[in-house]
Amino acid sequence: MKILVPVKRVVDYNVKVRVKSDNTGVDIANVKMSMNPFDEIAVEEAVRLKEKGLVTEVIAVSCGVAQCQETLRTAMAIGADRAILVETDVELQPLAVAKILKALVDKEQPGLIILGKQAIDDDANQTGQMLAALADLPQATFANKVELSADKVSVTREVDGGLETLQLSLPAVITTDLRLNEPRYVTLPNIMKAKKKQLDTVKPEDLGVDVAPRLKTLKVTEPAKRGAGIKVADVAALVEKLKNEAKVI
Amino acid sequence: MPVLVIAEHDNASIRGATLNTVKAATEISMFLDGQVEVLVAGHRAQAAAEAAALVAGVSKVIHADAAGLEHGLAENVTAQVLALQGSGAGNYSHILFPATAGGKNVAPRVAAKLDVAQISDITKVVSADTFERPIYAGNAIATVQSADSVKIITVRTTGFDAVAATGGSAAVETAAATADAGKSSFVGSEIAKSDRPELTAAKIIVSGGRALGSKEKFDEVITPLADKLGAAIGASRAAVDAGYAPNDLQVGQTGKIVAPQLYIAAGISGAIQHLAGMKDSKVIVAINKDPEAPIFSVADYGLEADLFIAVPELAEGV
Repeated sequence: MKILVPVKRVVDYNVKVRVKSDNTGVDIANVKMSMNPFDEIAVEEAVRLKEKGLVTEVIAVSCGVAQCQETLRTAMAIGADRAILVETDVELQPLAVAKILKALVDKEQPGLIILGKQAIDDDANQTGQMLAALADLPQATFANKVELSADKVSVTREVDGGLETLQLSLPAVITTDLRLNEPRYVTLPNIMKAKKKQLDTVKPEDLGVDVAPRLKTLKVTEPAKRGAGIKVADVAALVEKLKNEAKVI
Repeated sequence: MPVLVIAEHDNASIRGATLNTVKAATEISMFLDGQVEVLVAGHRAQAAAEAAALVAGVSKVIHADAAGLEHGLAENVTAQVLALQGSGAGNYSHILFPATAGGKNVAPRVAAKLDVAQISDITKVVSADTFERPIYAGNAIATVQSADSVKIITVRTTGFDAVAATGGSAAVETAAATADAGKSSFVGSEIAKSDRPELTAAKIIVSGGRALGSKEKFDEVITPLADKLGAAIGASRAAVDAGYAPNDLQVGQTGKIVAPQLYIAAGISGAIQHLAGMKDSKVIVAINKDPEAPIFSVADYGLEADLFIAVPELAEGV
């Protein structure tokens, strides 16, 4: 069984982005870019399933600019076997990415597709569910635990109020939540090895996919700022403020 | 055309997030014909459908009932929504879901089946086709416009006030339930039973961070204050990752987004990801030993103190 793992190149989670002064977007020139943290968890899970002998090949996919190659090399350093870059300079929205992935699912016929539940840039939380819809596959989002067998997968999901477990027939789509696993640190020998692994590049038009954006961003602005508060000396002062000034208790 | 809201419910009652979503739907419908309909897709969910009919501003409730809809499986709920929407131009101009674990699971599946974009987590309705939504963990607000014939939207509940749960008198109409897709099944769940208010609906939240040091200390220090205030309990990602608190208590960019009247952060440093989940709270109190902790930059009242002394003292004092 093959696993397909889509990965996204995003602004590193430690970077605090700034809104551009002309309100056209956020400034991502010269900021550190990394693999979306949820996607790292997805790669780790796929590699662990391979290490358990349940999977024969892990294929990483990234959609976007040429620099996404770096993200794919990271995926291969974690343990993905090969990679596919779907290269385009067009702004890709989740529906377009899902359509690209659907075309690759048709071609590669994976038994499982594991994605991050959301990317930390647009915070959309859509691509996995959209891919499942387009490929007409069952889905288990926000996975906390994955148990794979030959023809089905059992997934424990993080839901409001606790956890729930679903069983899906294969092939299936899974999206990862934070506590599914802790991704390994990539080692230098594995980074070197990853450089020799196969990385194919295709264009969206080679796959017959229309990636034109559907949503138009009219402007991007700073959120309303909170006014600076005060420090209180002790608990008694805090209680007094909450009771008499803020009147919230 | 009417706006459709997909209700979040437990088959017996309507969850609070539905009321905020109806509010967003009402705002959108003001640009249209003013009709807001609610779908209750469940199993033996008559009580939930009747509760939805009482919600202020709802013109019609559609109740679809089948065993396959009991646990809100994405494949089955999607099929039900698509059946209601019909083909061609469709019956609804907008289909809204609360941006809860349930809504976020289903909405993109519906959008992709209809070949339209989804607008996630809206916090403001600008017009019938233009909405505001936070990006980059709330560090920027994007105003986006959709040209799609039907808009699939998830609603961030903290962006809209809840409409009244009673006062309405909508008709309940029964719709034929769609067949079980048969590709997924519900095995079981572990839902924590608690008398506390729901985290996303609570007026007061007491949240603990990694500084608590252990699950035992977390319970010992945070619980009495929460009990005293009738508050919900929250936690930072660091505290959840360390196992001090269960995952459904996580407040932040990738956990719950909350906006209570009072948010008390004890031993939480205030990472961007955490602030994204609580900075719209009306009053924020931070209790932290570290004077440089970023949480102080968003706190209305900051107390530089050892939380193991200050929090019990606060529980005594309130």
